[in-house]
Amino acid sequence: MEPAMVMHGEQTFPGKLFIVEGIDGSGKSTQLSLLQQWLRREGYVVFFSEWNSSPLVRETTRRGKKKQMLTPTTFSLIHATDLADRIERHIIPPLKAGAIVLADRYIFTAFARDTARGVDAAWVRELYKFAVEPTLAFYFRVPLEVSLKRILGARAGLKYYEAGMDLGLSDDIEESFRIFQGMIRDRYEQMVPEFGLTVIDATRPIEEQQNEVRSIVERQLVGVPRHPVPEFEFFA
Amino acid sequence: MDGHRFEFYDTGLPGVDLSELQGRLIVIEGPDGVGRSTQIALLKPWLEANGHAVLDTGMTRSALAGKGIKQAKAGITLGPVSLTLFYATDFADRLENQMIPALRAGFIVLTDRYIYSLIARGIVRGLDPTWIKSFYGLALKPDSVFYLRASVPDLIPRVLGSPTGFDYWESGMDMHFGRDLFDSFVAYQTRMLGVFDSLAEEYKFEVIDATQRPEIIYRLLQRRIGQLLRRVEDRSSES
Repeated sequence: MEPAMVMHGEQTFPGKLFIVEGIDGSGKSTQLSLLQQWLRREGYVVFFSEWNSSPLVRETTRRGKKKQMLTPTTFSLIHATDLADRIERHIIPPLKAGAIVLADRYIFTAFARDTARGVDAAWVRELYKFAVEPTLAFYFRVPLEVSLKRILGARAGLKYYEAGMDLGLSDDIEESFRIFQGMIRDRYEQMVPEFGLTVIDATRPIEEQQNEVRSIVERQLVGVPRHPVPEFEFFA
Repeated sequence: MDGHRFEFYDTGLPGVDLSELQGRLIVIEGPDGVGRSTQIALLKPWLEANGHAVLDTGMTRSALAGKGIKQAKAGITLGPVSLTLFYATDFADRLENQMIPALRAGFIVLTDRYIYSLIARGIVRGLDPTWIKSFYGLALKPDSVFYLRASVPDLIPRVLGSPTGFDYWESGMDMHFGRDLFDSFVAYQTRMLGVFDSLAEEYKFEVIDATQRPEIIYRLLQRRIGQLLRRVEDRSSES
């Protein structure tokens, strides 16, 4: 028998992986993008990876969503496949090279959504054992009403799975979205102690949150190589 | 009601009531070129002629992920973890959308490979067996698993005689087991056989010597499947 591979989750790399989590409208993507700008300016090599973005898997996910043919289990598995492809292709190589990888959503998104859909909590945690453990996982905590106001005010149309319509919570898509987001938020709150998520109060001004995020990240950057950007780029 | 009860291997699928499943789940396993599809092509009309409705299914035939896997493999760009999970997606889609509805309707499901080939491919690619088996805890335990077993030297002429010859993936070329397709095929299939032999014990396969003539294997399968179905019919006539 072959020796069992060390799952990525148990490996350590010279690079750093910072991820952000939170319900829709928590402002996590804005914060991650600001963090990225700052890290680049400080001369770090930064790779950015988005949830659900593997080119190999994307078409399958799109087909499944468009035709509404995903069950809770296949929804879970196709997103795991997507992350696996990104981890194998885009996350591990830069981490090995000592770079900083930023991910907008990670395994906790899957844990929250999939278990809200009725997937077994232990099963999905085991499924994602292949994932590299993040250096830090930020959770942007926001009251449901605040996030809903941000999202529903700004967005034209909610999508079927995004609103959790497959759960049959309500025939009204906006009402279904509210209930589903509430379920996801509850699950995030439970995961804070379970996984030691770093909580950021996302009701505060953007600048304040960003200062806190930067100071927490900075403490993890000791020894990470920097390649200062040539000066002219600052003035470009 | 015939008292037959399906079980999941472990966690199973949310929202499936096992007591509703009436049919039978029969698996034909074995390596590439061993003659699985020949046997299924014989068994299906035979079962239908005897009045059984049959669903036949096999790897990468899901409406959801089949096409995606084929495209990804054509580009030869899948890492072992992604490949394993993509196959699991394909399997789960077929289980939920083909096999379970067919079993609910009382069909005999005849499947060309099942989770065992997928588990073996992952293990041979260096993944943790416990991890792979954990998410295949969603699978139904089949009524029978017939494993058509042949040694690597037996397989080589069969694969060479097929229109496609040595397949990149069935030769494990993604793992660089050998410097060319032949070397890699031998190394990969040797490892696959080793894993299969241990799975055969763990999951109680019925091992069939696949070097016998196809008509002998067919008669053997007919007899065994006939026994399985008679048990069903006896029970339903009693009740």
